[in-house]
Amino acid sequence: MSKRMFSDELDAFINTWAGKPGNLIMVLHKVQEEQGYISREAAEEVSKRLGIPLATIWGVVTFYHFFKLNKPGKYNIQVCLGTACYLKGGDAIIEELGKEIGLEVGGLSEDGLFSLEAVRCVGCCGLAPVMTIGGEVFGKVTKDQVKGILDKFA
Amino acid sequence: MSIHLTINGIPVEVEAGTSVLEAARKAGVRIPTLCYHPDLKPFGSCGLCVCKQEGSAKILRACATPCAEGMKIITHDDELYEVRRTIIELTMSTHPSSCLTCVRNNKCELQKLAIEYGVREQPFEERIRERKVDDSTGVIVMDPYKCIKCGRCVQVCQQLEGVYALDFIGRGDNTTMSPAANLPLNSSPCIKCGQCVVHCPVGALYEKDDVGKMMKAIHDPTKVVCVQMAPAVRVAIGEEFGMKPGEISTGKLYTALRRLGCDYVFDTNFGADLTIMEEGSELVDRIKNNGVLPQFTSCCPGWINYIEEYYPDLLENLSSAKSPMMMQGAITKSYFAEKAGIDKKDIYSVAIMPCTAKKDEIRRPISAYEGGDVDVVLTTRELARIISQYGIDFENLEESEADSPIGEYTGAGTIFGVTGGVMEAAVRTAYNLVTGKELDKVEVESVRGLETVKKGTVDMGGVSVNVAVVHGMANAKELLDEIREAKKSGKKVPYDFIEVMACRGGCIAGGGQPIGTDDEVRTMRSNGLYTDDEKCTLRRSHENPSIKKIYSDYLEKPLSHKAHELLHATFSEKPLYKD
Ligand code: SF4
Ligand code: SF4
Ligand code: SF4
Ligand code: FES
Repeated sequence: MSKRMFSDELDAFINTWAGKPGNLIMVLHKVQEEQGYISREAAEEVSKRLGIPLATIWGVVTFYHFFKLNKPGKYNIQVCLGTACYLKGGDAIIEELGKEIGLEVGGLSEDGLFSLEAVRCVGCCGLAPVMTIGGEVFGKVTKDQVKGILDKFA
Repeated sequence: MSIHLTINGIPVEVEAGTSVLEAARKAGVRIPTLCYHPDLKPFGSCGLCVCKQEGSAKILRACATPCAEGMKIITHDDELYEVRRTIIELTMSTHPSSCLTCVRNNKCELQKLAIEYGVREQPFEERIRERKVDDSTGVIVMDPYKCIKCGRCVQVCQQLEGVYALDFIGRGDNTTMSPAANLPLNSSPCIKCGQCVVHCPVGALYEKDDVGKMMKAIHDPTKVVCVQMAPAVRVAIGEEFGMKPGEISTGKLYTALRRLGCDYVFDTNFGADLTIMEEGSELVDRIKNNGVLPQFTSCCPGWINYIEEYYPDLLENLSSAKSPMMMQGAITKSYFAEKAGIDKKDIYSVAIMPCTAKKDEIRRPISAYEGGDVDVVLTTRELARIISQYGIDFENLEESEADSPIGEYTGAGTIFGVTGGVMEAAVRTAYNLVTGKELDKVEVESVRGLETVKKGTVDMGGVSVNVAVVHGMANAKELLDEIREAKKSGKKVPYDFIEVMACRGGCIAGGGQPIGTDDEVRTMRSNGLYTDDEKCTLRRSHENPSIKKIYSDYLEKPLSHKAHELLHATFSEKPLYKD
């Protein structure tokens, strides 16, 4: 493990919060803000610095949806599997992403460009099925369109 | 201060702080529970212990509600019955109904509840999730498929053991009790104590079954099967055959093991006497020659796993003596093999232990014989299973004696199985080593009982030795931190000798013992061992004639070169997480 796991700012932040009650969530937020997700290594470092067992930290990060355990790609893809999108073939989009660029839910594409998340409703059910890439929304997506959409970001 | 309340109209008086659940027991009312266990702080996750107060519709959880003056509690009525029944049915709908093939068939709390509530059909749709069995440790098997998410294992691992191998991972339906980062249990800090196993209400946690290995060796005509059994086994195995906790079945066990086909039946208690000779001599040596103090006992592999992971800086304090089981194994394949003219390769060495961590211990690279000094460890529960399978009527079995020359034991050896016992046995011999005289009173009352940390001073002919005894791994933390701090700042550590056992109560309540241990059972099993001690004519390890003989014929003297080769080991730092 590299000595410099965290930036100076994050280091200082952890030092201020170490020993204070309720510090874990604060620190984890900050870690995710800086690194984009909570890696096993980062969690182990936080465990050491705060004296909180790794299993407990893992319990917390898996409890709150907010925390991400996987490294996000340059562009994060969200595919909606809420009721409307699911019925209209949201899962076919996920399947297509698997075929096209070998992406699995929770995974990262080989070139690090895309990561994939399945979500519950992004709030535009009228456009079902919906996927978003890097925040940009694509509606009424058919599986034939997937490749074309991805190409825009490559 | 006492508090007065009524339970279903029955008046009871209890101490402040007593829960409604305990008060009800006092009134002779049994409220069903699933997540509650008397060893743990109430956790309130199952909701089965619901009750209410007269005139109020509010539902209380009896396990987590402290009694208050004047309470009028109702524990059973139609509404509460319905609530409980629904909880049981819902729990059952998430649990496979494979009782017939389950290791806990007949000893399962969920099964008992289903019987009690006469559940004959399944009104809720099954929602059982396929999950992978984790048997990565080869010692503790976790079958999350059967887990009812009561949370006891997590509480045990954290509150009793202080290990934090497990936590609640995920949320809602996806919650599992597992190690961090989807790691297998073997990569986690798990010390293999098995306390999660004996506290699980269902069959979601169990020991790796090694019965087949032993029976295969027994059926192999080229193998000479030598068996040893730990002190704690003899006061607990009877429970599996309807006897009371604490009843001593040493002689019956010897007979049963012979009937199963073991060729030689020895006793780990002899190994315990030998351990005292070595460990006691080491202590006296450290005291006399300004060695590193305090000396920690080293007979509990759960504790060894813990110190290697959590306090590697204190490893120099650990006695180098192997555990009684490993010593017994080593002399079986050396001293005994030579005496009996048997090639050690042909010996198959079996140990019957109250402990799951012992299954792990034999894999350590500490055996004197390359092939391993102990070939297989079976827990008390596993042995009880084979005894039943072979149709042996245990309760009515005639008694027999252990085989010579490594089967004879003293009262000091037998109390190794209970918290404080190793300390007491060591004091009895160390006193003699220091003063050349014998202690008049062999009992060391200050180290007996279930108090979590016991401290005292023992006078050894002008030298006062400060001792401490701790059991339940989590209780060691404070003591170890104190020692760590003192050592760091160069201060004198206020202890000379410390006994540590990972399980609450010691091995009598180990992770391999019959299911259903609480403090009452612990006390009964402990009393069994103390009675066994009292019944021995010889109660000091150094008085054991077979011990004297092994030193005069073979080992020369404690801490000799030969003794070091066979009976001592080194331990080393381990990472908390091993990928
Ligand atoms: S065996 Fe002991 S250390 Fe391992 S998970 Fe169970 S309680 Fe925790
Ligand atoms: S494994 Fe057993 S003790 Fe642990 S939560 Fe599941 S049912 Fe309870
Ligand atoms: S206290 Fe005894 S039963 Fe428990 S882990 Fe240690 S040796 Fe095994
Ligand atoms: S026993 Fe009280 S909530 Fe489970």
